[in-house]
Amino acid sequence: MSTPLTAPTAAAAPASASSARGKEIMRALGMLPILVLLCIGFSFASDNFFSLQNLSIMTQQASINIVLAAGMTFVILTAGIDLSVGSILAASAVAAMLVSNIPGLGMLGIAAGLGCGLLFGLINGVLIAFVKLPPFIVTLGSLTAVRGIARLLGNDTTVFNPNLAFAFIGNADVLGVPWLVIIAFAVIGLSWFILRRTVLGLNIYAVGGNPEAARLAGIKVWAVLLFVYCASGLLSGLGGVMASARLYAANGLQLGMSYELDAIAAVILGGTSFVGGTGSILGTLIGALIIAVLTNGLILMGVSDIWQYIVKGLVIIGAVALDRYRRKDSART
Amino acid sequence: MPDLATSPPPTTAPLLELRGISKTFPGVKALQNVQLSARAGQVHALMGENGAGKSTLMKILSGAYMPDAGAEIRIDGQLAHIDGPLAAKNLGVSVIYQELSLAPNLSVAENIYMGRPLTKSGLVDRAGMTAACASTLQRLGADFGPNTQVQTLSIAQRQLVEIARAVQFDCRILVMDEPTTPLSTHETDRLFALIRKLRAEGLAILYISHRMDEIDELADAVTVLRDGCYVGTLSRQELSRDKLVKMMVGRDLSGFYRKEHQGQHTGAQVLAVRDITDGRRVHGCSLDLHAGEVLGLAGLVGAGRTELARLIFGADPRTGGEVTLNGSGAALDIRQPLDAIRAGILYLTEDRKGQGLFLDLPVRDNINVMVCPRDARAGGVMDRKRAGERARDAIAQLSIRVASARVNVGSLSGGNQQKVLLARLLELAPKVLILDEPTRGVDIGAKSEIYRLIDMLARRGVAVLVISSELAEVVGVCDRVIVMREGRLVGEVGGASGQAITQENIVALATGATAAPAPVLH
Repeated sequence: MSTPLTAPTAAAAPASASSARGKEIMRALGMLPILVLLCIGFSFASDNFFSLQNLSIMTQQASINIVLAAGMTFVILTAGIDLSVGSILAASAVAAMLVSNIPGLGMLGIAAGLGCGLLFGLINGVLIAFVKLPPFIVTLGSLTAVRGIARLLGNDTTVFNPNLAFAFIGNADVLGVPWLVIIAFAVIGLSWFILRRTVLGLNIYAVGGNPEAARLAGIKVWAVLLFVYCASGLLSGLGGVMASARLYAANGLQLGMSYELDAIAAVILGGTSFVGGTGSILGTLIGALIIAVLTNGLILMGVSDIWQYIVKGLVIIGAVALDRYRRKDSART
Repeated sequence: MPDLATSPPPTTAPLLELRGISKTFPGVKALQNVQLSARAGQVHALMGENGAGKSTLMKILSGAYMPDAGAEIRIDGQLAHIDGPLAAKNLGVSVIYQELSLAPNLSVAENIYMGRPLTKSGLVDRAGMTAACASTLQRLGADFGPNTQVQTLSIAQRQLVEIARAVQFDCRILVMDEPTTPLSTHETDRLFALIRKLRAEGLAILYISHRMDEIDELADAVTVLRDGCYVGTLSRQELSRDKLVKMMVGRDLSGFYRKEHQGQHTGAQVLAVRDITDGRRVHGCSLDLHAGEVLGLAGLVGAGRTELARLIFGADPRTGGEVTLNGSGAALDIRQPLDAIRAGILYLTEDRKGQGLFLDLPVRDNINVMVCPRDARAGGVMDRKRAGERARDAIAQLSIRVASARVNVGSLSGGNQQKVLLARLLELAPKVLILDEPTRGVDIGAKSEIYRLIDMLARRGVAVLVISSELAEVVGVCDRVIVMREGRLVGEVGGASGQAITQENIVALATGATAAPAPVLH
């Protein structure tokens, strides 16, 4: 391919470069205006909203969901779903606490939590990539089974460790920034790098956009699927470590209950398509922050938790509906 | 209509008349002041390269798009306002898209009455629907009944269901978008007979097509669009291929096919396929491919050409036979496409949207997706600078019409999408390139460019296997043609076979009209 075959025709370009770039930015930012609006609204409704203390609490509360939603983004980009993240988080948290209670091995609790998450993610991935079962079914099964394992691990009691070796993760900060928040943003950064800067990332988008074309292009579809479910499992394990470090305890029955729903909501709010192939990790971050701001703001306003549920649900539906409506204009021509 | 100097003197008022139709999308003027007038009892063909605006015009008629202000649509002389699919149907306008819109899990009758079921005292009247459909289907010459499940029907039969649905609801203007693309020759003949019948019944048929043969056979008038603008209308008497081609491309197409490479046997044997079999569609096929030759693989639709190509490429599992490269004697172990790709054997799919492109990814990523692992730095980090260069070079060299490499490939026209897919394969510098229907759904300008590209690749020593249903293309581009029938290679023309490469010789082999010597292996 060294000589041009024909002179390129400059005219008749279907779309201008600037509008393509504009669309890309629009897509990435997507829900940012809603986040900003919510913040402005709550700052008028409550004086405490923009206080440093509240921002710190809010981001800490958001951090675990951000980590889970990052893993969920990988999965949903391949047109999959991972319903088991809450259960894996619980099992990993119990495993981390159990290991941390072994004298002299306290820090190994972190490895135990991460390893436990990775293991369950691997099992999900193998069933989906090799046995070729539908992701919804597989992870619906592990949602239930892993919850049982979490209770089994802890003998169906709460596992405590008041002298937790890695308690700093949940409670300490660096220059005023809580470790939880640092970890969450590190996960977002790493995820962004993988998705946008590596061959693996491109392959994830390719497999999600058109799995048959991906196979014919020589992409190892099984490896991509295995990776995304392992990543989601590992990040659920990380979420378990974070949650147990914050509480100095883990309970297999209650911890991480329905966390998968908030994670999925964050991804969808962030503009990632359920059919796979389009979406971004920055959108997911914005989506998770919207959920956190909403929860926090409603609490500050003294709204009862019954109404919190109703408002949160409506905002999720409304925001996505608005996004659909806005994007309709820029449909393919 | 004094403004249409080229149209014949009107005997009756046109059934459908369009004037001043424009449609603007953000950043694109898809249609500009287009006009068209179609009469009852006429087949009015609509031609133009991909991206000329045919589909947009069709979507305006079907109510999927609203035209810009100032448009005038008249049906029977009455101003019509088509603001949705239902309005179009009520006005008697039916559109049959290339992608058929049937529910495969429902019966023929249920599909025909979908959304408008017959009712009897508030309940669905199945017996009534079945009876009504049965008579319509019979009238249209269907060989299946109203209770057949649509998923058991062939594409041609499904098309018939769509036509029946239109006819059932008193359609007067029937729009068909390249209906013959998925059909075999035989099925096409039957469709044409049906179209003539509908024409005789007084329907106005708007027929969109790329194929000159079909226009010759069917059209009473032809309207040509180019770049969203109205170019002109020719009546049956004025029709000629030269005129049409000139109107469509706005330039001369001398040297449409190009064959400047040396042809076969100048290069060494590159690929040898022996007795390859999948146990279902392909039975014991053997072929040789040499560096620098363009080998055609012809045959009727369903003869197993795509299946054979996919077996060689490893896309489907084979039950027997082997593939060797460079006469090395050692068979390649091709179990998946990746194995073939590593050996330098690449395959361009016939289904570029379904199995080729990533429509939501930009042109740059679509071009680089296969080559980027080779370019990548340690740890699989992409070399974005290199990827950008590759994309820009490919856009320039294949003259892909796109504003930037960041545009999503889904927004390009068919010809440009095909060039993107070709560019993806060329980045890997293939030894063997299998092109399955490389010009399907591609406009004439891009076709000619793809032919030049094939010629250039052969000159550079690539072994090219071209599968095509367009005989003129096979004859024009290939050095040698092997013909497939019912899963077997049944003969060869050109090369050492002693038979000339003509459409007649190929058709004779493909249909079994003559027995020819088996393909010559070297």
